[in-house]
Amino acid sequence: MITFQNVTKIYARGARPALDAVSLEIPRGQFCFLVGASGSGKSTLLSLVLREEHITSGQAFVLGQDIAKMPQRRIPRFRRQIGSVFQDFRLLERKTVFQNVAFAMQVIGRPRHAIMRTVPDVLDLVGLAGKEKRTPHELSGGEQQRVAIARAVVNRPQILLADEPTGNLDPRTSEGIMAVLERVNQTGTTVVMATHDVGLVDQAQQRVVELVEGRVVRDEASGYYGGEG
Amino acid sequence: MRLRFVLAEIAHGFRRNASMISAVILVTFVSLTAVGAALMLQIQVERIKGDWYDKIEVSIYMCPADAVDQGNCAAGAVSDDQLQAVEDRLESEVLAPYVEAFFYQDAESVFEEYQERFGGSYMTNEVSVEMFGPVIHVQLIDPDNFKVVTDAVGSMPGVWQAVDQSDLFDRLFDLLSKVRLAALAVAAVLGLAAILLITTTIRLSALSRQRETGIMRLVGASNLFIQLPFMLEGAVAALTGSVLAVGTLWGVAQFWLAGWVEQNFVVVMGSINPADAIMVAPWLVIAAVVLAGVSSALTLRRFTRV
Repeated sequence: MITFQNVTKIYARGARPALDAVSLEIPRGQFCFLVGASGSGKSTLLSLVLREEHITSGQAFVLGQDIAKMPQRRIPRFRRQIGSVFQDFRLLERKTVFQNVAFAMQVIGRPRHAIMRTVPDVLDLVGLAGKEKRTPHELSGGEQQRVAIARAVVNRPQILLADEPTGNLDPRTSEGIMAVLERVNQTGTTVVMATHDVGLVDQAQQRVVELVEGRVVRDEASGYYGGEG
Repeated sequence: MRLRFVLAEIAHGFRRNASMISAVILVTFVSLTAVGAALMLQIQVERIKGDWYDKIEVSIYMCPADAVDQGNCAAGAVSDDQLQAVEDRLESEVLAPYVEAFFYQDAESVFEEYQERFGGSYMTNEVSVEMFGPVIHVQLIDPDNFKVVTDAVGSMPGVWQAVDQSDLFDRLFDLLSKVRLAALAVAAVLGLAAILLITTTIRLSALSRQRETGIMRLVGASNLFIQLPFMLEGAVAALTGSVLAVGTLWGVAQFWLAGWVEQNFVVVMGSINPADAIMVAPWLVIAAVVLAGVSSALTLRRFTRV
């Protein structure tokens, strides 16, 4: 699903690589944590997968496509198979919960009847049934992130990238978000989640990839935030 | 769904950006009105040329008994021999190929015509028949060749002046073309202002909708779909300006200019036709589309890239 071979990313000439010869394989349907300090390269890795940035050297395949060689015009269709959520939710304040989720379908030209059918199902999946008409400022942080997740998965992506999705939330709310992400994962979506949240990682017993200064220093199939010790 | 969504986005952009959009509409409106005025003047000039150039004749004014301006006429009234000499010259092998026909008008008839035209005004009070000489009206085969005739007879004895009417038209055309140039200059300056304004508007609009466009990119909306609302926003504003310009030109031609010109230039101009405004309309609309298109092309590449 995602294969990195010796991928290096250097933002500015002469700067320290943000990613340094990273090799990584994330199979279909896996739930994978990316952990590490700020600036360790987690977000860079996610933005390479999404093809927001070019890789500097190495090879990377996402959804079977060589992303270094992907032409510009193919990017939109490629991204429709990848969902993204962020620490700051990025909701549209003037739209309701329903409209925020529907937006992701409208802008890729999905027909109205598909939107009317799909959005309620997805809101149900993330636990927001009955709150369709609220606007983001009427929701708690956890609920806002659920809207963001609903929007990210409403087009049934094969991969969900989550960049510090619980960074702004308290521990109990974070657990709720984690449960939603696991539910999404159980529908077959590959989930890659960059996080600082020790508690969540330790509890989840999923694969953990740790990055330090752009290098993979640990990769455990069922790990803890700080390693076995 | 797509169309409705795009339209909703445009309406949203208009509400959020109302003052900038109004500025775009006003500037394109004024600039395109200037373009339209220049085009209509051009049409008018062509029409006058078509209507009147064919009828241009050369008038050979012969010396009167009591010439106001002595010049050629120090010797007094034109003699019959001198008249005959001029007529012979017009019929000569040299001039015959240019001359269609000529008519003799005697001094009394010229004086009467003058009095008819200016009767009752101060211009007739001090005028007597002695101040008028006979006139030979020459019709030309090709009006453009008037100079051959005026040169050939202008300095003959007994001729006060050989005048072609194209002088009158040339002065009028000169004036009209200066007005047209001024209008085009205004149009160019305002057109540039319009492009800058539309560019700024699109940029502001794109900045204020960065979150939307960011999400659109993330979920895989196509470039065209992301950019279309912005392009259409500029285009709709510019088109509105062009519609206002056409309306204004038509209104001015219909309700104001037609009457005013008829009173003041009835001899030459006839009336400016409001239909001219409709004739220039497509060009103004095209100009608006070009303005908006250039602006979009200048802006969008940088601000809404994938």
